[in-house]
Amino acid sequence: MPHIEIRDVSLIYDTPSGSVPGVQGVSFSIEPSEFLCIVGPSGCGKSTLLNIIAGFLMPTGGEIRIGGKIITGHGMDRGVVFQDFAQLFPWRTALANVTFGLEMKGISKAEREKIALEQLRLVKLDKFVRSYPHHLSGGMQQRVAIARALAYNPSVLLMDEPFAALDALTRDEMQRLLADVWRETKKTVIYVTHNVAEAVYLADRVVVMTPHPGTVKTEIPIRLARPRDPLSVEFLEHQKELLRHLGGEAGKA
Amino acid sequence: MTLRDAVTAETARADVALATPARGIGDRLRSAALTAYPFVVVGAMWEIVAHLGIFPPRLFPTLEEVAATFVRLTVMGILPHHALETLARLSAGFALAAVAGVVIGIAMGRSRRAEDIFLPLVSIIAPIPGIAYAPLFLLWFGLGNFATVLLVGFASSFAVIINTWTGVKAVKEIWVRSAQSMGADNRRLFRLVILPGALPYIFTGLRLGMAQAWRILVVVEMLAGVQWGLGWMIFGAREFLNTDVMLAGVAVIGIIGLVLEKHVFQRLEDYTVVRWGMMEQ
Repeated sequence: MPHIEIRDVSLIYDTPSGSVPGVQGVSFSIEPSEFLCIVGPSGCGKSTLLNIIAGFLMPTGGEIRIGGKIITGHGMDRGVVFQDFAQLFPWRTALANVTFGLEMKGISKAEREKIALEQLRLVKLDKFVRSYPHHLSGGMQQRVAIARALAYNPSVLLMDEPFAALDALTRDEMQRLLADVWRETKKTVIYVTHNVAEAVYLADRVVVMTPHPGTVKTEIPIRLARPRDPLSVEFLEHQKELLRHLGGEAGKA
Repeated sequence: MTLRDAVTAETARADVALATPARGIGDRLRSAALTAYPFVVVGAMWEIVAHLGIFPPRLFPTLEEVAATFVRLTVMGILPHHALETLARLSAGFALAAVAGVVIGIAMGRSRRAEDIFLPLVSIIAPIPGIAYAPLFLLWFGLGNFATVLLVGFASSFAVIINTWTGVKAVKEIWVRSAQSMGADNRRLFRLVILPGALPYIFTGLRLGMAQAWRILVVVEMLAGVQWGLGWMIFGAREFLNTDVMLAGVAVIGIIGLVLEKHVFQRLEDYTVVRWGMMEQ
């Protein structure tokens, strides 16, 4: 049984100039522990779709099931990481940011600090537990955000272009780190990006979306051995295939 | 590795980016000199004008005379008594404004209905000078401390309300979403996210509210028929042309204001929003 099923999901935005379809008739499913990337040019509705899966937006049509149950809003079965570094709470240390979800679950202070510390070690930030977010670099802040989303042990990790605002070197490092974290935690991941190389590096399968309205164009499985070599011929072949489907649009972004 | 080890490791790490610059004695002296500089310039100009005798000495005393009066009134216990009474009224009135202002401001920021009710009222009442209500308050609540404190609280609450409301509106949506996705209910969302998120604005509101409270209090003390208070002392001194007493009173207000700013507001900010990087020092 698939972990997540997205069935014929549509969302129509009401704007002053009439209703605009953001996402239309999107269907696909994700297996447990699968790493799925959604790739598409800006405005193709990929972030909208992720927000629907996260439960922040209600679809105007269709349904999403996680573990067989229809979702009706946000829930602790999903962890969310956004693109914006500002997602961390500036008034909480790295550690206190990571313990937030555990606090909501009512777990004791000693226990939640132990768990949070494990998570911060997983993203290689155990030296910065007492630092406030504004003392951390962008890459470090995103790592705290990943640790925070994993700490309360959701089965699904939803990521909305988490590394898009980072410099290229840091981004490469973060992708390697995320691949390691995923291998260790075996979460089901839905990862939105417009970066084709990133998708080929991370994903088991890539869903390609096209805009106006946002629909699924195709799905491409990536059957490369991990860890992947971004300079190998097969890797570049997959990138080319993806770019072909995107009509070269996303490659420029 | 335990948490304590991790903390020790972090503390031991001499990371330049994380270290706060140490404040040496030299830095302190320089900062004190910078603070004093404008006062020295204005003081010197005052002395020149006073000694030139352009105005009658009775109306324009030298700083030595003002200082002598200040010391004399302090030693006699008159000035401290006036100051303490004023401070007590200020604290009571301001506390009223701070609590009511933050509560109403947050309600307006979070609830559409509260905003619909309070915003029109606040918009109309806020621009009216608080002193315009003084006769009304004195008639309703009688002369004395009760009416004074109430009026100070009322008049200074608007700055707190408006800034708190703005602050709640300015809380980043991404914080709210993050907290909700991690299972925060409304009560904890409010306490753990909205309140700290709005804090820079709330501090601004409290500062402005405090300034407003001073302005209204000094005038109302003259009207409210109280026996002690800096406002009463300053206006009372006019009867006898005691400009030195007036200036001593003004100086005390200035000193109290400075102390409140440096040792209450700035410390609160340094400990919270500045430490969190939400506001520059």
